[in-house]
Amino acid sequence: MNAVLYWTSTIAKSAYILVFPLTLAFFLAWAERKQSAVMQDRIGANRAKFLGRPFLGLVHMVCDAVKMFVKEDFVPDSGHRVLHTLAPFLAMFFALITFAVIPFGYQLTIAGETIGLQVADLNVGILFIFAMASLGVYGMVLAGWSSNNNYALLGGIRASAQMISYEICIGMTIIGAILALGTLSMQDLVIRQGYHYFGWLPRWGVLLQPLGFLLFFIAGIAETKRVPFDMPEGESEIIGFNLEYSSMKFAMFLFTDFIETVLIAAVTVTLFFGGWQIPWLFESGFVWPWGGGWEIHPNVVNILRMAAFAAKVTFFCWLMMAIRWTLPRFRYDQLMDLGWKWLLPLSLANIVVTALVVLLVN
Amino acid sequence: MDFAVFWIAAGVAGAAAINLIFQSKPINSVLSLVVVLFALAVLYLQLSAEFIAALQIIIYAGAIMVLFLFVVMLLNLNQDQFGSNRKPGLRSFGVLIGGTLIIEISLIARAFVSSSPTDGQVVAAEFGSVAQVGRLLFGEYLLPFELTSILLLIAVAGALVLAGKREEAQPPEERS
Repeated sequence: MNAVLYWTSTIAKSAYILVFPLTLAFFLAWAERKQSAVMQDRIGANRAKFLGRPFLGLVHMVCDAVKMFVKEDFVPDSGHRVLHTLAPFLAMFFALITFAVIPFGYQLTIAGETIGLQVADLNVGILFIFAMASLGVYGMVLAGWSSNNNYALLGGIRASAQMISYEICIGMTIIGAILALGTLSMQDLVIRQGYHYFGWLPRWGVLLQPLGFLLFFIAGIAETKRVPFDMPEGESEIIGFNLEYSSMKFAMFLFTDFIETVLIAAVTVTLFFGGWQIPWLFESGFVWPWGGGWEIHPNVVNILRMAAFAAKVTFFCWLMMAIRWTLPRFRYDQLMDLGWKWLLPLSLANIVVTALVVLLVN
Repeated sequence: MDFAVFWIAAGVAGAAAINLIFQSKPINSVLSLVVVLFALAVLYLQLSAEFIAALQIIIYAGAIMVLFLFVVMLLNLNQDQFGSNRKPGLRSFGVLIGGTLIIEISLIARAFVSSSPTDGQVVAAEFGSVAQVGRLLFGEYLLPFELTSILLLIAVAGALVLAGKREEAQPPEERS
């Protein structure tokens, strides 16, 4: 591959995978208001107007951003100034860097060269995600500690205890998916979900790992620190690690949650819902299970697949939003009970059963 | 490119390690150690040991160092608590240990330099992959692997015993 194409494609891919979660997170912040309004039979955000129109409440988002930027950025005098500033950046960085290994499509052929639609094709991609997610804890712990406020410190420790507990469950359910599909590379995970049972039923991870999907999704929602697991961030009722934060740094913690929502949706889609795969769509076009087909140019096929990935991720973000506005919050002991006494034993059982089945089938 | 990555990672690791020693606040030392471990993971990646690099970050940077951070934060260790009750012989003991380590490392390094692969020699494509590490771990090195597992199991049992003690310490009338 020539150097020009290599660098332009790498930069374009990086830009896409950076802009994709940020844009989606922006719209999630909007959907947070608008969807809750619809679900609670309210009219919702409609006061801020541009040229006399509310634009479905989108103007509110712009106003919010302006408000966050111009607010006073307060750092407690007795706090650790450097770490206090670093903490929100760490939280956001580790959420965004994870997208580097997410395959958002298969490949495109440009000028005779094949470009894989993934920024970094590590052969341990899924472990990379797990590693970066485990580092996200630092953002919260340091935010709590550097504020030099006992309540913030308690909030930070409570939040990290929650995240570490549920990370274990995420790791265990990932093992089930790895066993069933037999690879750790994210792109291979998706490719191996491209087969069909009986010629029509797509072999997606959720069919191989129904329990694994459920456990991963629950633990994933806990990882994003949102309802029903939002003890760390119920900022209006419970004092959390972000107590001493204001202005844009506070907004960064909020925004990180939305990015993590997109991330959990993307990983769920990649592991359990065929990633960019579309049922019955192959490299040369659709092949209908009832016979016949529809030939499409390979590049068009792959653009369709990119769109399918984006659509699936958006669907799971919507689902998490709907859960967020449906369920009440868990109590802290219930949260720990659920994580350690239900999800962890179930995910361990899931590993044992999956390993047995894999052993018997092979 | 490889050359630049190596020197940047090695430089960061070295600088963070020196910072670790000279920082007066424990929390800064802990965070420096995180940076050291991170830079080492980059070096592992460069040696095409991707699996080991991922494990390095998950286990050391992601789990063990968070524990260190918890201890420092919860005990609220400060500079004054740290410097005053230092045992007098500690410094010379540290110099002794450190000196021995430097001699050991230089001996190992000399042995490696004389037997290192020449330029252009590359490792097998499979090297460092999960499959290969797994085969070695469950084949050739099964006994040490199982012994380590038992060690971890003992640690888990010990943690359970320690955590369970609180109930015994309660006065009998509160138990009911």
